[in-house]
Amino acid sequence: MQTLKNAEIGQTVKVKRLHGEGAVKRRIMDMGITKGVDIHIRKVAPLGDPIEVTVRGYELSLRKADAEMIEIE
Amino acid sequence: MPNVNIQRENQTHAGKERSLIMSIKIALAGNPNSGKTTLFNALTGSNQFVGNWPGVTVEKKEGKIKGHSSKDDEVILVDLPGIYSLSPYTLEEVVSRNFLLDEKPNAIINIIDGSNLERNLYLTTQLVELGIPVIAAVNMMDIVRKNGDKLDTQKLSKELGCEVTEISALKSEGVNELIEKAISVAKSGKRMVAQHSFDGSVEHALAHIEEAVLHDMPESEQRFLAIKLFERDDKVIERLNLDSKIISHIETDIKNCEDELDDDSESIITSERYTYIASIIGSCYTKKSRGKLTVTDKIDKVVTNRWLALPIFAIVMIIVYYVSVSTVGTWATDWANDGVFGDGWHLFGIGSSEYDDAASEYAQKEIFLPEVKTALEGASKAGITGADELLTAVEDKDFSAFEEAYGSYGEELAVKENGKFDITPMLPLNEDGEFENTPDPAEYGVWVPGIPVLVENGLVAVNCADWLQGLILDGIVGGVGAVLGFVPQMLVLFIFLAFLESCGYMARIAFIMDRIFRKFGLSGKSFIPMLIGSGCGVPGVMASRTIENERDRRMTIMTTTFIPCGAKLPIIALISAALFNGTWWVAPSAYFLGIASIIVSGIMLKKTKMFAGDPAPFVMELPAYHLPTVGNILRSMWERASSFIKKAGTIILLSSIIIWAGSCFGFVDGIFTFSADMELENSILGIVGNAICRIFSPLGFGNIKAAIATIMGLVAKEEVVGVFGVLDFEGMTRLAGYAFLAFNLLCAPCFAAMGAIRREMNSPKWTAFAIAYQCVFAYAISLIIYQVGSAIMGSPNIIGLIAAILIAVFIVYMLVKPYKTADKLTIKTKAKA
Repeated sequence: MQTLKNAEIGQTVKVKRLHGEGAVKRRIMDMGITKGVDIHIRKVAPLGDPIEVTVRGYELSLRKADAEMIEIE
Repeated sequence: MPNVNIQRENQTHAGKERSLIMSIKIALAGNPNSGKTTLFNALTGSNQFVGNWPGVTVEKKEGKIKGHSSKDDEVILVDLPGIYSLSPYTLEEVVSRNFLLDEKPNAIINIIDGSNLERNLYLTTQLVELGIPVIAAVNMMDIVRKNGDKLDTQKLSKELGCEVTEISALKSEGVNELIEKAISVAKSGKRMVAQHSFDGSVEHALAHIEEAVLHDMPESEQRFLAIKLFERDDKVIERLNLDSKIISHIETDIKNCEDELDDDSESIITSERYTYIASIIGSCYTKKSRGKLTVTDKIDKVVTNRWLALPIFAIVMIIVYYVSVSTVGTWATDWANDGVFGDGWHLFGIGSSEYDDAASEYAQKEIFLPEVKTALEGASKAGITGADELLTAVEDKDFSAFEEAYGSYGEELAVKENGKFDITPMLPLNEDGEFENTPDPAEYGVWVPGIPVLVENGLVAVNCADWLQGLILDGIVGGVGAVLGFVPQMLVLFIFLAFLESCGYMARIAFIMDRIFRKFGLSGKSFIPMLIGSGCGVPGVMASRTIENERDRRMTIMTTTFIPCGAKLPIIALISAALFNGTWWVAPSAYFLGIASIIVSGIMLKKTKMFAGDPAPFVMELPAYHLPTVGNILRSMWERASSFIKKAGTIILLSSIIIWAGSCFGFVDGIFTFSADMELENSILGIVGNAICRIFSPLGFGNIKAAIATIMGLVAKEEVVGVFGVLDFEGMTRLAGYAFLAFNLLCAPCFAAMGAIRREMNSPKWTAFAIAYQCVFAYAISLIIYQVGSAIMGSPNIIGLIAAILIAVFIVYMLVKPYKTADKLTIKTKAKA
């Protein structure tokens, strides 16, 4: 399964599905990462985690552990 | 809190006619970083009240709208926390929801960042479902226009079904129109009807839920509650108190819908909202295509760059620390403590340098004589504690440094080596042991006497009784001084914090530091409180306000004071000098102990029931950079400082008075007496110390002096040194000394820091828990150090050793115990106080 965690910096990917449940999943979706949205991976933090992405026209940071819940096409 | 519509009954003189005057309540809701605070300030001016939502650490602000604060026409604006959604998972969102549902404001002003429309409208789609009239204020329109983008507000208004108005909160554009519109919407009392609808199968399920459960509820609330029930929102289910039969009935409807759309109900609703927004935004908003990078992109290319981010972060932190702790902060604190609440100060420094010259000249002539220097050189060679400090002061021709060092080490010098290096007979001292004929600073330049001096003169003039004079001077004025002495340094720090927060860099700090801190249950933003805490724990604790997540914030408040602050340095220096001959590793080991305590506590605490209850997903917006306004920064600075004075001040003042009384009242020869120079052993404090000193026996320092020193350390940590002269350590083993050091570094901080903890925790229960935890933890660590150390040295105490090993095993167990993140918010919130 291809997830946002494995996506490379500079790539733009489309969200296929969100896994997981509860607070973290809801929060990710509340911030605009829903099925079918385009995500551009901008960079990784200096210590290797979290990552910064552009979604729905703004900058968002999320941890790799959470990015693993986001399945991409 | 008053009810929604405060009804004032204005009875006429006849008492027959009654007219009801309604006051209007409007809620201000919006995403973080949407300019909400700026708008709130623009709407309310100086008419603000800052507090907390009941029982939680989330800040609550209320204000009266400008130009509408007369008795007959009162419009109250309640600033809700910055939120992205109305989910049941974060404290901010639950607090906001409860307010909107329970207090039913007459209208909601929804501030929307026009440059980030898509995500901001997501909250709007939820607010319009509540039935409360909404007016959408699209902010930052000046930036939108500058970018060449276009927004059709009329179209947007039609799509959303609510008023939409353009503003620029920063430039106060459109703010008056917003007020007028909001008030007329609020007065109209028209029910808001959401225009958007979800997928057919969702609507089908919602209709079923409304019919089955909600038909008795007011029509305006049905839609919101139905959606929440569809999402299986546990807080709403609990609120409606539904019986299990009904729940299982609607569960079938939800399940059917979930099967049809192949997702869980919560995700279906969220997706549907964004789909709806995407469908309307195309026709309302035209974005000018631009290929080049925005200013924020350019800044972030450098500031969060893989290689440059950490060095830049270090530089920013050094600047913050250098200015707010080392330089301006120290000057301000010294001025407040030694000037305003000390002897006095030179206005604008006029006369300071003349006085320094005179003092230096005096010292050169009267004190820094060749024989004094020779004696000190000899003492320094013989390795007597403090000789180096005195010698340095003589070489620097620094009178005040010499005076201070002599006060600490003079006695030591006099007794060591059979008094060979005793400089006391060589110095011009009067009977009280003070330097004679020293220049009077009041005679130079413009001298402003300190408050204690003025008060003392006043009290002496009216022949005030000794004990009352002591109470007023040492208890009350001293206590007020202890509170206000922190304020200047805090003001400097709060300016930095407000700037870093509002310009957008604080979010980047969390981004950069997250990886390290999340392992201990802290936030990347915990770095600043810890850093400032190494200067002083009081502003350190206050700096934790920048952490949004309540769990991270509480954890930071509890652990920040483990870092050795400036006032603990003298204790470290004292133990190191008296017992370890100033060995190099004592001071670094104290810092290491502090950092290790934070890490260990963080990992242990996050697994306890009190902390494990709250989910803390780190999904954080990195807002666009912008220059904050001076007004907003100053306001934020003042809000924080005044809340410290009010909330923390009381506790500090009270405890200073108690400790003062404890040290001045006591039993001399069996008679209860008052004396300003009471021997500590005879005072009430001494009696208490004597009673509790056995507690410290297992830690190796079960003597009365150590117990009193520990109690005095609660007033201010440097007081420990005052109680414990260098000589008092003779007979104490190094191990016991180190255990004493460890206990005093880690246990409850000074009263000022406890006051700050109380202010920031905003809960007596949590304050007590924090302080109790610190004391127990300090005791445990100190016990392990002393007992295990004794065993290694070859003189084990079996019971003590077993206890120490059991504690160590428990700590290790807590460290390796697996940790599971919670999925639900367990903190109880209430909307009404």
